[in-house]
Amino acid sequence: MLNWIISGDHPRSRILTIVLLVVLLGLAFAPFVFPGTRSLAVAARICVLIVLVASYDILLGYTGIVSFAHTMFFGIGAYGVAISLNALGPSWGAVGLGTVAGVLLSIVVAAVIGLLSLRVRAIFFSMITLAVASFFLILASQLSWLTGGEDGMSFSIPRLLSPAYRLVDGEVLGQKINGRIIGYYLVFFVSLFLFLFMLRVVNSPFGRVLQAIRENDFRAEALGNRVVIYRTAASCLVAALAALAGVLNALWLRYTGPDATLSFAIMLDVLLMVVIGGMGTLYGAVIGVVILSLAQFYLQDLMGSASEALAGIPILPELIAADRWMLWLGILFVLSVYFFPSGIVGKLRER
Amino acid sequence: MTARALKTAGLVERHAPLAIAGLILFLPLIAIDPGTWMVLAIAGLAMGMMIFLMASGLTLVFGLMDVLNFAHGAFVAVGAYLATGLLAPGGPFHDMLGISLLGDVGAMLLSILVACVVAGILGLAFERIIVRRVYGAHLRQILITVGGLIVAEQLITVIWGPDPIPLPKPETLRGSIFFGDIAVERYRLVACVLGLVAYIGMHFALNRTRIGLLVRAGVENREMVEALGYKVRRLFVGVFVAGTALAASGGVMWALYQELVTVHIGADVMILVFIVVIIGGLGSVGGCFLGALLVGLTANFMGYLAPTLALGSNILLMVAVLLWRPRGLYPATKN
Repeated sequence: MLNWIISGDHPRSRILTIVLLVVLLGLAFAPFVFPGTRSLAVAARICVLIVLVASYDILLGYTGIVSFAHTMFFGIGAYGVAISLNALGPSWGAVGLGTVAGVLLSIVVAAVIGLLSLRVRAIFFSMITLAVASFFLILASQLSWLTGGEDGMSFSIPRLLSPAYRLVDGEVLGQKINGRIIGYYLVFFVSLFLFLFMLRVVNSPFGRVLQAIRENDFRAEALGNRVVIYRTAASCLVAALAALAGVLNALWLRYTGPDATLSFAIMLDVLLMVVIGGMGTLYGAVIGVVILSLAQFYLQDLMGSASEALAGIPILPELIAADRWMLWLGILFVLSVYFFPSGIVGKLRER
Repeated sequence: MTARALKTAGLVERHAPLAIAGLILFLPLIAIDPGTWMVLAIAGLAMGMMIFLMASGLTLVFGLMDVLNFAHGAFVAVGAYLATGLLAPGGPFHDMLGISLLGDVGAMLLSILVACVVAGILGLAFERIIVRRVYGAHLRQILITVGGLIVAEQLITVIWGPDPIPLPKPETLRGSIFFGDIAVERYRLVACVLGLVAYIGMHFALNRTRIGLLVRAGVENREMVEALGYKVRRLFVGVFVAGTALAASGGVMWALYQELVTVHIGADVMILVFIVVIIGGLGSVGGCFLGALLVGLTANFMGYLAPTLALGSNILLMVAVLLWRPRGLYPATKN
């Protein structure tokens, strides 16, 4: 049974298993174990990011192609739902319509980019995705009648998910079961389902071909697999998954904006999470997301206070100011590409 | 096919992109009156020349060593920030400004020179420390150089602070020169001239010198050049350093053009640079030059004719070129 659920892809390391179980249980009971709006927001963000980062890993770690447009698809999903809810009012029909529209648009865009660039060289793909993603970013901030421009757009969501809604009177385990908690569990279960679906994909024959392409695309082609088709199919699949993650993110935040979904900064975050967690294994995505998200939310405070404590010394406080944490992540990123390219999960499995 | 037909096909193959470029240059004359057209054309050429300066190094490095340096934009930013330091009040070249045209252009050229030297040294360090270990592995190259870009942008913020820095153009380079009714911005003329000089210099270095010969041969077939006893690796380090220096010189000019330097100046302009490199064909300097001019002209004409389309015009140009020639206009012959 368990073997079937995780598609026979075991963590293959005792420590990794324990950490993954802790993450799963922590996220499953987050509203009760870590009460408070900020922790719930962190937990929901982790769920969404796991889908986003794991889907990116299918492209980067399993297929071996670098895309810089992953957050573009994330944004397309988010804007799809946002525009639809804005136009049609807060109903589940609007959510469904926006989701389908966002996913379809993502697949079409991914297919066009893939067929244009992947038939030449995978390296073209990286550059073209960068250009197209920046085009979408400009588009989202310029078409303000549709997307709300730089400010983004807030919208109302179906009543079931609003904080005022009460599922049961009274409290369960010391928590009021309101729309926020229902919303969190929607995010959690959809993310869990998508993650298990991705495990299924990478352990299917399709996933094996992707890994063969990563290892040696020439040989994969010689074995009778149409490499271009497989690469394009993989990028369409992950585009759809990223769009779904975008939908979840929009529904949770009740807001969508260029900085929250499309910006290059999020793309870099996703890249860092995949590589530091471990490329080529979806569990690496989970580890990367959890570590970097916790670091982002809590380590920054620590760096800020350390910087204040060192005030007076030249340069040093500047280097460890709270805003400079990307500097250290960048260095960690470069070092990890050099010295442990298989990431944290790879290190754990070696033992 | 007869030899004659083959020859014709080759000529078409080689000159079709030029015809397209001519079309893009002159076709807008239908919709725009000649005076405005002239202004836009010079603006487009000036923009193209500056982008060419930044893109040429990237494309050569890729052609010679198959390294795609995503951190190239960081060197553009270094050039731009150095210019703010050198030309601002209190900077070493500030006193030369505002006296005469000669002084202003001289100060600009000296800033470009300093930026080239500094960026060249940084480029050397970057190649030795970061890029050297990942030759031949595309995936890791992209990751490593993106990491380098992150670190470089953060270090720039640590040194120069997170706020945008204004960089006004020197007094004599402001304003326009009038040819009859046509007003041409002086800075754009200077940019055109400098870009053209750089292109001619590069063309000369690549086609008339021994090192240029080796570089071109290395792009075509690296193993063969190595088999003949030349150290392509060393040649490559030189090209890498030259490429970063060119990026920094483009950064100085771009910063003076924009008159405002932000942390993301390099990353922003890199989008255009990538489009140019893709359009031109990875590894080809001539294609890069043509691509840069096409991008500059398209951006300016479209910005005037159809401002709503202007945003996407360069992307559309890239898509059109790739549909026509998937490897770019003048791809380097290597597979």
